Amino acid sequence: MRKHTLISTAIVSTSLLLLSACGGGAEAESTETSAPVADSVEVTDAWVKAADDGMSAAFGSIENTGSTDATVVSAESQASTALELHETVENESGEMVMREKENGFTITAGQSLALEPGGNHIMLMDLTDPIKAGDEVEFTLTFSDDSTLEFSAPVKDYEGANENYESGDDEAGEHEGHDMEDMDHSGGSK
Amino acid sequence: MTPAEPGAGWSRRRLLIGGGVAGAGGLAALGADYASRRARASGTDESPSLNGEVRIPFYGAHQSGITVEPQAHATYVALNLKKGVAKKDLARMLKTITDDAARLTQGVPALADSEPELGTVPARMTVTFGFGPNLVARVAGDAALPEWLGSLPEFGIDQLEDRWCDGDLLLQFNADDPFTIAHAVRMLLKDTRSSADVRWVQRGFRRAQGSEKSGTTMRNLFGQVDGTVNPQPDDTDFKELVWNRDGWMTGGTSMVIRRIAMNLDKWDRLDRPGREQSVGRNLANGAPLTGVNEHDEPDFTALTPVGFPVIPEFSHMARARTPDRSQRIHRRAYNYDDAPEPGKISNSGLLFVSYQADATAQFVPIQQRLDELDLLNEWTTPIGSAVFAIPPGCDENGFIGDTLFD
Repeated sequence: MRKHTLISTAIVSTSLLLLSACGGGAEAESTETSAPVADSVEVTDAWVKAADDGMSAAFGSIENTGSTDATVVSAESQASTALELHETVENESGEMVMREKENGFTITAGQSLALEPGGNHIMLMDLTDPIKAGDEVEFTLTFSDDSTLEFSAPVKDYEGANENYESGDDEAGEHEGHDMEDMDHSGGSK
Repeated sequence: MTPAEPGAGWSRRRLLIGGGVAGAGGLAALGADYASRRARASGTDESPSLNGEVRIPFYGAHQSGITVEPQAHATYVALNLKKGVAKKDLARMLKTITDDAARLTQGVPALADSEPELGTVPARMTVTFGFGPNLVARVAGDAALPEWLGSLPEFGIDQLEDRWCDGDLLLQFNADDPFTIAHAVRMLLKDTRSSADVRWVQRGFRRAQGSEKSGTTMRNLFGQVDGTVNPQPDDTDFKELVWNRDGWMTGGTSMVIRRIAMNLDKWDRLDRPGREQSVGRNLANGAPLTGVNEHDEPDFTALTPVGFPVIPEFSHMARARTPDRSQRIHRRAYNYDDAPEPGKISNSGLLFVSYQADATAQFVPIQQRLDELDLLNEWTTPIGSAVFAIPPGCDENGFIGDTLFD
């Protein structure tokens, strides 16, 4: 479910920023103006796992330098027909599995959210073309206030990000470049 | 160097374009940690207390790892390009490993670094890239080949083994900490694996950092002071001797790396006077046999009481010298001491490494004289040899070797 509690209509003033910081609950019943969330968010050290087809994933660090929490609700890229925001959680059987994070990624004010193999990540569900190490993939993140943030991530060869194989029949070595296809997406909507 | 068009380089990933126009505040905050590390590397912060924290700048007009005071350890990795790897693949690979090197030399883990904790102790690491003729030709055709790039002429003393010769791409790692090098080698080889295979790896060492005063001339495993006469970056003619000024190689240099096996067992049979005569320098401090201090000028005309030259004409020093001041090279050698072959007790020698604007004009004539006559040849045997084109450095929007792709 998406929240649209922030309405960006005008330029924020310094005093409002201070107010928000002190109030701690800026989004509650806020009808006041606010700067686009994307303006205070930075993506650094982004990278994407190389893959010939099927799925891949993007990682990096999302930093929220603003004074209110920021929520990424969706991601887009020309590299994939669909993207999902994923988290890794333990399922009923005790396995670590990936699933779509329903309310998106929330980055607490002043904090960073790490996207990393084995944790949160941006899933490229179906690559339109092979992405090869050294390529650049462009992404657009959309926040809960509909503001957007573009970033570019280089592609890297990476053997990991396979942690969600079904146990016992790990054949990673025989599926080089296609590892993501075998991932268990318990919450995925594919 | 041709600057990349704005936004075309990888630095763009650190640029954030918000929904609106990025303000000064956003720009100021980007890559804060990386930027501060880089600031420290360029000497704008106080000196670090640990040698492990010392950073050598990566970006610049020349590649690092050539003029910096030699680090304690070196690893040289030569790669063979896989079949079918073309210009665009090489550009992608070089971008990737340039970024890896730029980060790791500054103590910042590489992107997709599986062991990021191992990437935070740069210990003066430099990573330097060199191109063999095959890589240059694949990217820009034979016309781009420097005439000196290729195998050296055969020398009579050579007993070259293919496993130590040539290569398409050279990765040179130097640092004061071999652990730092091990991780960097691992990281870069993961990023070259899809395009290239390892051809050879050679590792070398000098005295550990802090064991001797900085600036002390190294010794080789024969015990000789090795490298006394060596053009230094602050010499007035250093630029002319080392930096190439030709086309895409402007600001680059040529590198000769030769694996010189040293027969320590045979050397054992030679007593101290013979050892000193073989080179023309004393063993105590490396002074010429006609002098007192290491850097004294040798007197080749001085004679012994019975009329022989004090510095024998067949000595290494006498043969290496020439009045032609253009025939000089910048040496940066390392010792090696590997596991002995069965039945032996040593497998040691020297990784002779030199940089010069033109290997054919500067290195070859010296080596030819040594090949014709050098007493030291009795105990040394070149078993490996390669020449690489070391491209110029790059800025943050470019990658090492980008001038070849223009």
